[in-house]
Amino acid sequence: MSDDVQIECRNIWKVFGADPAGFMRRHNNQPDTEALSEEGYIGAVRDVSFDVHRGEILIIMGLSGSGKSTIIRCITRLNDPTIGSVRFDGRDLLAASEKELIEIRRHKMGMVFQNFGLLPHRDVMSNVAFPLEVQGLERAEREAKAREMIELVGLGGRESYFPRELSGGQQQRVGIARSLAVEPDVWFLDEPFSALDPLIRSEMQDEFIRLQKMLRKTIVFITHDFEEATKLADRIGIMKDGHLVQLSTPEEMVLNPADDYVAEFTKNAPRDRIVSVQAIMTPTRAKAPKKGTGVEGRLSIGEVAEQVLNSDGPVNVVDKDNIVVGSIDRKRMTKALFGREGV
Amino acid sequence: MSVATADGVKGGIGLRRLPTDTVWGQLGIAVAVSLLLATLLNMFWNWPAELVLPIKIWITDLFRWLDKEATLGLFTVKDATRTVSWILKQPLIWFEYLLWKGAKPFQMLPVFWIAMATLAGFVAYRLRNGRSAVLVAFLVLAVVSLDGLPHILLSLTKALRADPLMEPAAFIGISEWPGYLLELLAPKNKIKPLPWVAVVAGFAIFAHWVGGWRLAILVGFCMSYLAFTGLWRESMKTFSLVAVAVPISAVLGLFLGVWVTRSKRAASILTPMFDLMQATPHLAYLVPVVVMFGAGQVPALIATVIFAMPPMARCTILALQTVPSDVVESGHMNGCTPRQLLWKVQLPASQKTLLLGLNQVIMQTLAMVVIASLVGAQGLGHKLLFSLQQLKLGFATMQGIAIVLMAVALDRVTQAYANRATDYEHRESRSFVEQHFHLVLFAAVIIVSIIAAYFFKDVAILSKKMLLADNKSALELDKSIKQITFFLIDYVKPIRDWLTVYTLIPLRNFYQGTPWIVVLAVIGVLGFRLGGRRLALLVCSLFFFVIVLPGNWEFATTTFYYVSSALIVCVLIGVPIGIWASRSPRVAKITMACCDTLQTFPSFIYLLPAIMLFKVGELAIIFAIVPYATVPAIRYTYLGLRLVPEVTGEAARMSGATTFQRLWKVQLPIALPEIMLGVNQTIMMALAMTAITALIGGTDLGQEIYRALPTSDAGRGVMAGLGIATMGIIADRLIGAWADQRKKNLGVE
Repeated sequence: MSDDVQIECRNIWKVFGADPAGFMRRHNNQPDTEALSEEGYIGAVRDVSFDVHRGEILIIMGLSGSGKSTIIRCITRLNDPTIGSVRFDGRDLLAASEKELIEIRRHKMGMVFQNFGLLPHRDVMSNVAFPLEVQGLERAEREAKAREMIELVGLGGRESYFPRELSGGQQQRVGIARSLAVEPDVWFLDEPFSALDPLIRSEMQDEFIRLQKMLRKTIVFITHDFEEATKLADRIGIMKDGHLVQLSTPEEMVLNPADDYVAEFTKNAPRDRIVSVQAIMTPTRAKAPKKGTGVEGRLSIGEVAEQVLNSDGPVNVVDKDNIVVGSIDRKRMTKALFGREGV
Repeated sequence: MSVATADGVKGGIGLRRLPTDTVWGQLGIAVAVSLLLATLLNMFWNWPAELVLPIKIWITDLFRWLDKEATLGLFTVKDATRTVSWILKQPLIWFEYLLWKGAKPFQMLPVFWIAMATLAGFVAYRLRNGRSAVLVAFLVLAVVSLDGLPHILLSLTKALRADPLMEPAAFIGISEWPGYLLELLAPKNKIKPLPWVAVVAGFAIFAHWVGGWRLAILVGFCMSYLAFTGLWRESMKTFSLVAVAVPISAVLGLFLGVWVTRSKRAASILTPMFDLMQATPHLAYLVPVVVMFGAGQVPALIATVIFAMPPMARCTILALQTVPSDVVESGHMNGCTPRQLLWKVQLPASQKTLLLGLNQVIMQTLAMVVIASLVGAQGLGHKLLFSLQQLKLGFATMQGIAIVLMAVALDRVTQAYANRATDYEHRESRSFVEQHFHLVLFAAVIIVSIIAAYFFKDVAILSKKMLLADNKSALELDKSIKQITFFLIDYVKPIRDWLTVYTLIPLRNFYQGTPWIVVLAVIGVLGFRLGGRRLALLVCSLFFFVIVLPGNWEFATTTFYYVSSALIVCVLIGVPIGIWASRSPRVAKITMACCDTLQTFPSFIYLLPAIMLFKVGELAIIFAIVPYATVPAIRYTYLGLRLVPEVTGEAARMSGATTFQRLWKVQLPIALPEIMLGVNQTIMMALAMTAITALIGGTDLGQEIYRALPTSDAGRGVMAGLGIATMGIIADRLIGAWADQRKKNLGVE
């Protein structure tokens, strides 16, 4: 396992029913769909494996009932998986005792919840300071830290408000501040913005990007909104019926969807923002590197669309040292912009 | 469950095939067969006396044995009960000193030290945090109790009737010096109880804190009534029992509730026990307690605690189960240990449910304390019982009103507190006095009134001259009540006689002539249809083993007769009122307020108007049950109709249904499961009330309990109580299963 990997999940199954462990044993740990439905078990997560790399934003996406919330609960051990392994910083999380688990949660994990999960009887200050309080920090120390976090999420001056006196967006800011108060290594967000109005949601997404630029956490983010996923993710994993259907960068997903289900999601994705020029250009055949002018390959196609569409012939694509690496013409551009089916 | 649904489906298909597959067909067959059996064999008609299993005698012997001989190794059960009594007695006597008895300085020492420890703890909390507050308070108490250890040991040995140790003396004397100080200060060597002014003002100030001026005036009025009618001492006797019983029940209930949610085994044992306890009437708790603990204040306290604890446990379970999963998960993710999760997340987050549980505990406690006068609890209940037995209706009315007003005051204050405590709102920082205005005011009132009480006796307790109503007015009231009843009797008597002769007596004869096997067959068939084999087996065996086998069948028919007659009246009154309320918000508001008030009255009270109108007799019994038991019928009908989706009504209106058609064909059928649950509650309350009607001449299972009391015949009382509980449980299970089935069919869960 490389140093780069923060969380490693292997063959995770989460089965609900009368006797999940026995059921899995009977079926050699590989029950199929028929076996599940026949015996009245529900396979919330089925044979899911993936890694989360240090400092990346991994977004797990799927519709309701696809198992995305269950998988995040398996990693955090809010629900123990039926079988499988989860390694956190190289250490077997499923073997951790209750005490060790509490230690890990106190120092290494932070989590934000869809319905905020704020404590209704505590004001903003004491909500944010709560994880520090349960660790046994002195009042002055934890309140100083909490105040810092409250400032960070832009709620300064509202320390003495109670959750019910705040708007949804503000409540989620409290949730974010609380989850960051222990300075976790990994930050779990379970549909953090789904309960918010569209406008506020977009604002909170920007806020999230701002925070991540400062903090550089390893993030596992759950959402059902593909657009949100493409806006925020380094990599996206799509779940369906408990399976992880595809795990790749948004660009790869748009260009090469693994199956029709993924393609259906990507159909209305904002390609202009997701796809980069270098991904769709015709690579140059010239052997010697040649300097030239043209559009930069790293840019998204939306940013250069006008330039390409307005020129008659193919446009050169260059890397950051202005070396020509390929070219792109109008036809390719339209196809990329409007999808495989084209105009 | 799967059995139930499978049977349901089969039944549904079979409905159109054979008459023997319909409920009515099966019921008919069952009744016919069992009737035949009963005519052939008399033992199926009336359970013969020689076949009665002597369960009652066994239970009585068991309790005797527990009381006299049983040992738990080092000590006997008797010692254990004595110790429990002694421990419970301590807080009780302190409250009595404080509220009505007054005390010698030394008797007040424990209270003084507990108060000091609390104060020290509060200061420590202000300076440091909760943990050091507990530590400081604990230290103070530890030092004092260590010092007073000889005293404590002496009391304990006295309580256990063992040889007292030698004359005790404190080790250092710390624990005694405030006593000396008080002796120096108090000229007459006796500390007076709190002046009534201070208590009334305390209630009013608390009410103002939790609910503003209107509540303060209401509560102030209620409490003043107690003082101005000369019932102050009696009220304070009742109140000191309540004040001790409530915290014990609440804490006990809380812990049991938490235990149930933590351990599956505890859940599987305790949950059915709570069900049973809920269904057992107040009166039945008294008998075993009397046998084990004797009569008096402490046994009353124990019975009260046992009776009032299950609602708290249930509320705790409900509270913990309804904390949003997000909140619990966030607690886990923040690294809470299980204990931190409970105390810092789950319990505070469900404060409101818990406080409503506390409210229920208080109301149940008051109801029980009043009834516990039958086992020698002093106070208002005792007086009321006395007046009732002598048919001094004037006195009874005044005392009854006192109990009602006390109940209303306690209920409103705790409800307002529950709302206030969960009404989280940030407040600007203010000075100490501003923040604790009510506390400061209360302290001031106490000090001023105590000083004033030395100069004006009326401040301590009102003298006879100051009373607005005294014995003389009670006698006048008595006279006028008698006049009114005398005047009314001309109108009431024909109605009463007609109803009794033409409806009640035939109904009673019918029930009493019913063979028990028929009832068994009917509930068996119903149980099978509604919940499959398991339910049928449960209700039948409950019925047979708890009611028939111990020989309580005849008493049970009488109970059933009271309950069913009352039930008909309750439904005929309750359902239409519920419908009316659901159609007009204004009516709803008034009705619900009335229901709330009716529910706060201790059940004992309902006997009063019944006797006034109908004298002692069966109609009076039914009349006493009706107002008490109608409330749930009204409430559930109203709620059920309100739960019918608006759209359904609109759709019916657009289909051209008249108002009546809409109600009859659309809304009522949808609301029916809910209404039936209300009927279920009505049955439970009617059963609870029938037990109490023994006081005005009921001849049913309640009477059995009542008769068991003076003779300490535990078995008789317990089996009668369980019989009533069993009837409740059978009704509950059958109706519950029906409502579940119906709701499932309607697609509303």
